[in-house]
Amino acid sequence: MEESSAITGFGWGRRGDEPLPDTPVTWLRAQTLAPDAAIFTGLGESADGLIALRTQRREKIRDNSLVKPVFQAEVVAQMEQLLISEQPFRERLAWFWFNHFTVSLRQGDTRAVIGAYMREAIRPNVTARFSDMTLAVMRHPAMLMYLDNTSSTGPSSPVGLKAHRGLNENLARECLELHTVSPQAGYTQTDVTAFAAVLTGWTVNMNAERPGFQFRANAHEPGEKTIMGQTFPEGEEGGVAALQFLATHPTTYRHLATKLVGHFVSDAPPPADVAHVAAALHDTQGDLGAAALALIELCRAPRRRSVGERTDKFRTPMDFAVAAMRALDRAGPRPSPDAPHSPAHTLAGALGALGQPLWTAPLPNGWSDRAADWSAPADMMARADWAYRISAGVHEGNPLDIAHATLGPALRPATIEAIRHAGSRQAGLTLLFSSPEFQRRQTC
Amino acid sequence: MLRHSLLIRRRSALLGLAASWALGRSSLALAGTSDGDDDPRLVVVILRGALDGMAAVTPYGDPSLTTLRRDLLPPEPGRDGGLLDLGGFFGLHPSLSGMQRLYAAGQMLPFHAVAGHYRSRSHFEAQDYMESGADQRLSSGWLNRAVSALPKNRHGAEGAGLSLGLSVPLLLRGPTTVASYAPEGGRRPDADLYSQIAALNAKDPVTGPAFRNGLTALGFSAKVLAGDAPPPAPRGQKPGAFAILADAAGRMLADRRGPRVAALEMGGWDTHASQKGRLAGPLRQLDMGMDAIRLALGPAWDRTVVLVMTEFGRTVRMNGTGGTDHGTATAAFLLGGAVAGGRVAGTWPGLQATQLFEHRDLAPTTDLRAVASGVLRDHLRLGPSALTNVFPGPAVTPENGLVKV
Repeated sequence: MEESSAITGFGWGRRGDEPLPDTPVTWLRAQTLAPDAAIFTGLGESADGLIALRTQRREKIRDNSLVKPVFQAEVVAQMEQLLISEQPFRERLAWFWFNHFTVSLRQGDTRAVIGAYMREAIRPNVTARFSDMTLAVMRHPAMLMYLDNTSSTGPSSPVGLKAHRGLNENLARECLELHTVSPQAGYTQTDVTAFAAVLTGWTVNMNAERPGFQFRANAHEPGEKTIMGQTFPEGEEGGVAALQFLATHPTTYRHLATKLVGHFVSDAPPPADVAHVAAALHDTQGDLGAAALALIELCRAPRRRSVGERTDKFRTPMDFAVAAMRALDRAGPRPSPDAPHSPAHTLAGALGALGQPLWTAPLPNGWSDRAADWSAPADMMARADWAYRISAGVHEGNPLDIAHATLGPALRPATIEAIRHAGSRQAGLTLLFSSPEFQRRQTC
Repeated sequence: MLRHSLLIRRRSALLGLAASWALGRSSLALAGTSDGDDDPRLVVVILRGALDGMAAVTPYGDPSLTTLRRDLLPPEPGRDGGLLDLGGFFGLHPSLSGMQRLYAAGQMLPFHAVAGHYRSRSHFEAQDYMESGADQRLSSGWLNRAVSALPKNRHGAEGAGLSLGLSVPLLLRGPTTVASYAPEGGRRPDADLYSQIAALNAKDPVTGPAFRNGLTALGFSAKVLAGDAPPPAPRGQKPGAFAILADAAGRMLADRRGPRVAALEMGGWDTHASQKGRLAGPLRQLDMGMDAIRLALGPAWDRTVVLVMTEFGRTVRMNGTGGTDHGTATAAFLLGGAVAGGRVAGTWPGLQATQLFEHRDLAPTTDLRAVASGVLRDHLRLGPSALTNVFPGPAVTPENGLVKV
């Protein structure tokens, strides 16, 4: 595997002139085997966010003044982590899985808990079993609020009968369609409805001393339910068993493998590669660390070395902005992430300006990672304009050195020539970040 | 090291979540360049997330309605905050007062019990199929293929069209070049640096055409949108993102050398819970957007058809959380000076238990493609072979009498 694949395809781009790994494969593997090294100081748990939200609601505070600081601290800390991470492959996996289990600010009043969701449900499970991540996600207040499960009520449950309330299918449908088996499994509307009934009572207790997940038995639909031919008992255990069944279904493994290969190899996932990753998941009962190793294996295969078989992925706005910010990062003192003009703040602003605002995916299927969705004329103009604005603030470093450091062997002679002839540091860096090669992650 | 000459001035803008996403859930794309003032204009609005057609156009005359969704219903027409009557059986949602005025003027034609030819309750599949105009996701959208069939632009410039918003929807992607325009967000490179960037990308199959068309769009929009006049604020309300884009679309389509065809998108329709409260806002935005585009088009409104469509409808019964889940048939709208409106079109399937689709959804009686192809045939004057290319799936008979002759 080439260094540039390890750094841009599996990671987030080189940070300044940090040392390159001696053996890319070993470097990537070590990241999947070592624990998450990210340290988030000063951030609370989702219960703390929910307390802020609860207080706002009870005291009719309309300016969001309690939730806003919780949210801003999350944004800054998690953007900073993207910029400084020394485990960029693990970091990419974390954002991949967040996007797979999308929670968005657009629905469900999730602002108070969306940051905690990433740290509590996603990050700890990036190399765990997929079923562990699924269960953590489905019990997390952020997901329950985002996809409306908090109020879904068994129509024949005590609460349902008394208050004439009933099912909300949203979470059940998206869990089947997007998170686990996908429509390939051929489930029907009856299965969706049954799964929604299984998940009734899975809600958030806002009144507890530490608000959080609660199984509310008197809102749970009584009786056994059958999903895709499998019967699950009444109660919270029925939901846990159903999620275990769905998360370990062979169709789920194929679905996950297709998405992983689509993200780490090519917009058109080669079937053999998908089969390889799906087999790794299948053989390990869904071990996501094993899936990560299988992705590395794909790029070790000698056949990948031939020039004609090189693949790359078009950078999403987030890939693009993180890579540019990392390229501009220099050793030495850096401003506190909380400072108004810190790189972390700039990065968060960039995501909005480039069309992929942080944690704001339009729909539960998350952001696309395909070239066709990010390469419209306005996308490209936004990138050039942002590059120009950000480059205005760079006051040291030779653009050509920065170009060599960040792109390595991918840097083309034409881009070198253009940067060499640029009239200013700002113009040179704008050309670097607007070059075709900077729009891509080298995969394998 | 980054210093603080960076552009972003306010902390809230820096966080990129409110201010920098000024366009929120809306975006707009345009295509096709006009040869003259008499050309027909077509605007397609995609409501993403599945609009509850029975909330937008409520069949208050159907005896089964109240049993199915009592708590979702506004009062009947004539009462305070009630439905806006559409001739005795249907009523328009109270937030759609501008659209009711168009109806009264014979310039709005609601269709009921419309659905795509697909039967998917997945947003993502259904939107792909609706925009592809086929039974599968194609690499191009039906509106792009319709633009391909228009008379060629005699000015000969590449990038004959323009799009607003940061991405082009599948509906308008395809072989015919569509440029796009996103409202300006600060200082930009000068013409010389832009042309170096374009040269650096010229040979790239993805970024080359994108930069070329982006620059064409920049020149075009700078001219047409000169003056920076604020969009109108109908009824004294602050225009939302959708109204701002609708206004921009109207102004560009009004230009005699401007584009002919535009696509806008708007979200906020996936009302699984508390629908009654949640739906009023997006409907009001839609209503203001239609006002904005009409005003911006000026005299060209008379030559315009706006098609408003969504991927599917919602369950006829209210769900357990005051909302509705994914369903099948819904409402669609045609608006514009060229529309033969003032009635509710389509065949009402009824709401009795035996009349519902799969015991839960409004049964579809009109194929969305029949509505779209009626407009393409009678308004854009597309011939039979062009229509087959636009909608390559199972044959569909275009609806008659949608536009004035």
